[in-house]
Amino acid sequence: MEPARKRTIRLVIALSVAVLLAGALIYTSFSAATEAQQPSQLLHDAKPGKSYQVTGTVATGSVSHQGSALLFRIRDRKGTASVPVRYSGEIPDPFREGREVIVKGSLRDGQFVAQRDSLVTKCPSKFKKPHSQ
Amino acid sequence: MIAVGIALLAPLRDPEGVRDSDARADRLAELELRKETKYGEIRDAEADFHAGKLSREDYRALDRTLRREAVAILAEIDHAGQQGPPV
Amino acid sequence: MTTFGRALLIIALLTAVWAAVSALRGARLNQREWVVSSRRAIYALAAVLTGAAIVLESAFLRSDFSFGLVVDNSSTTTPTFYKLTAMWSSQGGSLLLWVWVLSLFSAAVLFATRHALREIVPWATAVLGGLATFFCALLVFKVSPFTSVANVPAEGAGLNPLLRHPSMMFHPPLLYSGYVGFAIPFAFAIGALASRRVDAEWIRATRRFSLIAWTFLSVGILLGARWSYSELGWGGYWGWDPVENASLMPWLVGTAFLHSMIVQEKRDMLKVWNITLIVGAFTLALLGTFLVRSGILDSIHAFGASTVGGWFLGLIAVVVVGSAALVVSRLDDLRSERKIDSLLSRESFFLLNNLVLVGLCFVVFWGTFFPLISEAVTGNKASVGPPWFDRYTVPLALVLVLLSGVGPLLAWRRVTLAQVRRLFAVPAAVALATLIALALFTGATGSPASLVLFTFAAFTITSVGSEFWRGIRTRRLVNDEHTGAALASIVRRNRRRYGGYVVHLGVAVVLLGVAASSAFTHQVDVRLKPGETARVGDYLVRYVRPTADVSSEKLNFGAVLDVRKDGKRAALLRPSRSYFPSLDPAMGPIGRFFGGESTSEVGLRAGLKEDVWSAMQPDLRSLKPGIRAGNRQLASVGPRGQAIGIVALAQSYTGNAPAATFRLIVDPMVTWIWLGGVISLGGALLALWPSALASRRRISSLYAARLGRELSRA
Repeated sequence: MEPARKRTIRLVIALSVAVLLAGALIYTSFSAATEAQQPSQLLHDAKPGKSYQVTGTVATGSVSHQGSALLFRIRDRKGTASVPVRYSGEIPDPFREGREVIVKGSLRDGQFVAQRDSLVTKCPSKFKKPHSQ
Repeated sequence: MIAVGIALLAPLRDPEGVRDSDARADRLAELELRKETKYGEIRDAEADFHAGKLSREDYRALDRTLRREAVAILAEIDHAGQQGPPV
Repeated sequence: MTTFGRALLIIALLTAVWAAVSALRGARLNQREWVVSSRRAIYALAAVLTGAAIVLESAFLRSDFSFGLVVDNSSTTTPTFYKLTAMWSSQGGSLLLWVWVLSLFSAAVLFATRHALREIVPWATAVLGGLATFFCALLVFKVSPFTSVANVPAEGAGLNPLLRHPSMMFHPPLLYSGYVGFAIPFAFAIGALASRRVDAEWIRATRRFSLIAWTFLSVGILLGARWSYSELGWGGYWGWDPVENASLMPWLVGTAFLHSMIVQEKRDMLKVWNITLIVGAFTLALLGTFLVRSGILDSIHAFGASTVGGWFLGLIAVVVVGSAALVVSRLDDLRSERKIDSLLSRESFFLLNNLVLVGLCFVVFWGTFFPLISEAVTGNKASVGPPWFDRYTVPLALVLVLLSGVGPLLAWRRVTLAQVRRLFAVPAAVALATLIALALFTGATGSPASLVLFTFAAFTITSVGSEFWRGIRTRRLVNDEHTGAALASIVRRNRRRYGGYVVHLGVAVVLLGVAASSAFTHQVDVRLKPGETARVGDYLVRYVRPTADVSSEKLNFGAVLDVRKDGKRAALLRPSRSYFPSLDPAMGPIGRFFGGESTSEVGLRAGLKEDVWSAMQPDLRSLKPGIRAGNRQLASVGPRGQAIGIVALAQSYTGNAPAATFRLIVDPMVTWIWLGGVISLGGALLALWPSALASRRRISSLYAARLGRELSRA
């Protein structure tokens, strides 16, 4: 085989492998992804047992402990709808009432049962003045 | 502010006084660097051959090409060194 | 003083604009005096920005609370070390750091190339001046680091306690230096395109900067991982968080560039590819800065919505579109006559390694931006988790480790099969022996991916070792030196090659640590009362006693853990949790201690074989009545009385400690990650170290040129 032809074949093979890999990547990302929802959306149209990511703020006065589990309510960022959460695992340092959190899990009997260690708390805005002006 | 302004504008007020390197010295330095790189390649090929990574024929061919390229650079250095008006 | 700082920034902006404009004029009209002026402008810019940085730093040191930044990020009780480094924990301060580092790098590269690359340098100066203009404009018009406070308070808010860790203080400037460093080769690539000087000169002139940028970025990433491991309470060092990914992407593409640029230098090939890579690396570096600052992705690091996101997107768009247009318009110049001779050659394996690295970067990119992509496609913000990342990055990383062992063995252009057999015999045999030994005598078969990685790492380490040995043997044959002297002279003659090999070694060691620690870790979360015991891996951990510690800055509740293996004491760990009081008086004199920030202090025994890691979370419910009573009774007494109150509270905790929640981890070979990082750093420094020989030659050639000039004048 002359070199030019050989090179073209190589190129075609390499390109098809790349396309196949990219296809697999894109396909699996859509099937493996967890949807992110606000509590109001979750209460409205969540399928029981399917796993979701809930984002919102920790409702004031809702945090309590039960054994090693942490119980709290997540509220819509802008709104009043909220959902009770049962969580176990590591509690991030900045976790606190009023902070924005993301937690992964599924809805069971009206309670959001979180996966272990899935709680993420956003660092409070460091550019906010700590003393109100 | 004034100090910065003076430093920046000085070369423009007096273009003749610019102690910039001249084109020929730049060109020579550049060629010198290329020569060094080429020498490095020749030495690398030799080391690869001794280490058993290159077959004798491949090494011969490679060495020949590299030396030809090095000679071309040397010729350019001579050329650049002799020609051109001094600045 | 804030006014002075602002004035310096305005001067810096004007200087940067001048640098860009005069460089463009000099480049277009080939007027040297304009080029000299632009170079001086960059020097001046570096000086002015250094001044601005000093003004800000000294304000932190003096706790000058007329600076808004100082009020927000420092306090009189902040330790001096953290005062010095508090500058980059705010948006304005970190942008100032960005442009300051940019100006220093720019000045250094223009000084280094002042006698070379006459066609390219003016264009590169214009690019660097343009970038500096962008950042200075941000600092002057959008986020000033020199805001002043009208009513100067007596005390500042202090530095976010989470960030009070030595590696966190070096992590941002190192990352930024890495990001900024890629601006230098980027600017010269653009200069090369603009002036149609697309041979390897631009790469040669900036390769040291590329390597410096890569080194900074690598160390920065590792320090970030180290911070996460030893400061955050979750016990991991990498979580595929968007901000971590943001620093990994330019690293991957930068690594690809470091390899493929050698191919252009040696073989005059891959010109378009190299320019694409460096544009990609720099764009991803900008994207990294943007991601941390924008808050568009949900990340633990996204420090609130910021106002400069749109600006950054604009800059990124200009960089990408401008570079692409420039490449397309210069395609004729970029064509290379040479082709890869053989698949079995160093250059073709470099190309393969490039493809794997870029593939990895694509995976990380896709996963990181998936929430935005899925929102655009399905209308729902969905995200992918670590398992998805692992599925693709693990196999690619395995291939990469193997390639880092294969590449050094091959020669340029062509290797015959017989040679491959001979060169690969020893490393392949060692790898096979490792595989068999691990499969037979350890539990490594439980994790096939790690088993493969151990095997490949053994191959790579042996192959790098055999390269050194071959070099030494050849040298001894030719020069009759003893082994040590031969080693020294081969390394001295080719620092770059052998430094690179050492980096390969270090990366293999890092990945060994990653593989072992992620596959064979033991972790338990338990609630223990004092005196109770838990088991983790082969260790028995007993909660000996609670501790409490009060200082003006924080309240600290901790535990003493007695860690035993086979009945013998292995370590005494002291994990704890620190509570930093809030400045909000509404929480009450005692309650404010628990309303502010709190951080985990990790109790760690590090070892080559395995780490024993512990964190604790005290249960404060039993203290609630005491806190409420304290708030009531001590509301009117002075700070001294309140201090007594908090000490009493601490004593009541230790006197009758409730159960606390512990996370205990036995993590094998984590130390190897840090160790591999140090090895890699050593290799990079070896490659970077200026060779005395070359600099002497440069000087002598300049003298020779001057001599020629002066003689011809006479």
